[in-house]
Amino acid sequence: MSILVDEKTRLIVQGITGREGQFHAEQCMKYGTKVVGGVTPAKGGQTVLGKVPVFNTVRDAVKKTKANATMIFVPPPFASDAILEAADAGVELIICITEGIPVSDMVEVWRYIQTSNSRLIGPNCPGIISPGKCKIGIMPAHIHKKGNVGIISRSGTLTYEAVGQLTALGLGQSTCVGIGGDPIIGTRYIDTLQLFQKDRGTKAICMIGEIGGTAEDEAAYYIKKNVTKPVIGFIAGQTAPPGRRMGHAGAIISGGQGTAEEKMKVMRRCGIKVVKSPADLGKTIAKVL
Amino acid sequence: MKIHEHQAKEILAKHGVPVPNGIVADTPAEVEAAASKLGTDVVVVKAQIHAGGRGKGGGVKLAKSPAEAKKVANKIIGMTLVTPQTGPEGRKVKKVLVEEGMPIDKELYMGILLDRQTSRVMIMASEAGGMEIEEVAADTPEKIIKEHVDPITGVKPYLARKVAFALNLKGDALKKMIPFIMNLYQAFIKEDFDMLEINPLIITKDDRVLALDAKVTIDSNALHRQKETMTYRDLDEEDPMEVEASKFNLNYIKLDGNIGCMVNGAGLAMATMDIIKHSGGEPANFLDVGGGADEEMIENGFRILLSDPHVQGIFINIFGGILRCDILARGVVGAAKKLKVKVPIVVRMEGTNMEEGHKILDDSGIDVIVADGMKDGAQKMVKAVK
Repeated sequence: MSILVDEKTRLIVQGITGREGQFHAEQCMKYGTKVVGGVTPAKGGQTVLGKVPVFNTVRDAVKKTKANATMIFVPPPFASDAILEAADAGVELIICITEGIPVSDMVEVWRYIQTSNSRLIGPNCPGIISPGKCKIGIMPAHIHKKGNVGIISRSGTLTYEAVGQLTALGLGQSTCVGIGGDPIIGTRYIDTLQLFQKDRGTKAICMIGEIGGTAEDEAAYYIKKNVTKPVIGFIAGQTAPPGRRMGHAGAIISGGQGTAEEKMKVMRRCGIKVVKSPADLGKTIAKVL
Repeated sequence: MKIHEHQAKEILAKHGVPVPNGIVADTPAEVEAAASKLGTDVVVVKAQIHAGGRGKGGGVKLAKSPAEAKKVANKIIGMTLVTPQTGPEGRKVKKVLVEEGMPIDKELYMGILLDRQTSRVMIMASEAGGMEIEEVAADTPEKIIKEHVDPITGVKPYLARKVAFALNLKGDALKKMIPFIMNLYQAFIKEDFDMLEINPLIITKDDRVLALDAKVTIDSNALHRQKETMTYRDLDEEDPMEVEASKFNLNYIKLDGNIGCMVNGAGLAMATMDIIKHSGGEPANFLDVGGGADEEMIENGFRILLSDPHVQGIFINIFGGILRCDILARGVVGAAKKLKVKVPIVVRMEGTNMEEGHKILDDSGIDVIVADGMKDGAQKMVKAVK
């Protein structure tokens, strides 16, 4: 089993006629994801990648294709508008890959999403993959393997690192969720933990965090109370200087808050197996399984 | 993006937030003229650098006449100002803000920032103005007033009143504080501020409400729609290597160690710094070349790493997803030859087109230490620089 995405997912791609959008739509199709349509305003009526119809609006696309998920590759100034359009059209799962959306745009989007029926993943994330079933995002497909470890992470390549280690040890993944590196993201650790706890196909959870904010601390307290499956954690940025944004907009220690040390301490206290070195993720997960 | 105090005050004034009259000056003579023009009994000469704690470092001085203003300006302009936020090397002062002196009755604190827990903008206020808010938060958290703003309504009068009453204001000061807070929030939203701090926010003896200081950072993701603010960027206040890196869309932050790192992805780049440290080494930098790096970007990354004289070795850690290992390898070979790299290079590559990448490195004839996994890479690197 898996969470959020599987064989039944019907995907549209917003920004499908752009270079990135088209490239990754094709990669997802090759993996077996059902890419049923695309949206680019004023380019409706075209066909891309041989058979994928392009629509002017998300509403049109949903009506014609029965899509239940969207992947957004719209440039940062217009991406929040694309998210709102998808939510307004009732798309159940919105995955926004775009990095660099202004914070004030996301404050509005967050507020709107709370009143809608949609779930937003990201922005500034690699996407989601349920190995062997469905890939929505930019992750390299070939490193993944079907299995029973669930992964949640704020980072892209660091998630690939964990996946790579697991696959090398012969351990597969149920679903890998990149929740995104921005200060405001649609789906947090807790939402994803809840889904993994319920999912019968997930036997262990790997939680990869980084400096900035207190989302990992909140997740740790949630795990202590609600999660019975083993959780293995890592926090990136143990050597990061305070007050500097380490690449991700959300990765900043401000006012002494959000240090790796503090997060690791809280996570350990809540029963999470925290590894100090990112190279130890795979073998530590192997041990608990 | 950080901006100067005088620039922040200019923006705030545009949105109806009262600030003291002030004039920016580059030379002591200009300071003297500015003080005469302001015409108040007392003026304040304030160093303009992008760091807090200027008063403690001697960068803010009172003057009781234009002549005295000139005298203090002589000391401040050109000085290397060291504050807790500048680091020991300090910052050279090029400009000062000359401001009218204020008859201060009360000093308050007000800040606006994003509260990540609620994903909403939050107003923070305190009666303990003039102090570091982190200290107030640590010692007396009950003295900090916090109000979250619903983006649909913005700050309505009731919310501003709540804050003003909580600050124990009365009479005229209370009345004036309400539009002050509403306008401050407007400025925050319209100008895409990331963070705004008014410390101190003052009530004068004649019940005026003013922003005596203003510390603002702008959301870098929103600069495309803040064209005017972009002209406020002061490159002299930024690390020259970081400025150079930003020209090539490279995300670079300088650190104190001797192992240069080149990584794709922010999380992996941080984790690489961490593993170097765990292996007994010290990272010289954070460098994320991003997912779409090409050969040219790799070369530029190399050039920036090598321009740091402390760098004694380079550790390249790439998990190829979109960034293919063969492209990376070509970039490394090209840069190593072109720049005649003399320090040891350790390369750890995994992911898309890994075999091809390794073959390119093997065939190139350049001296590269190939690592199997990031732990092995970090250990080989630390050994190579010792």
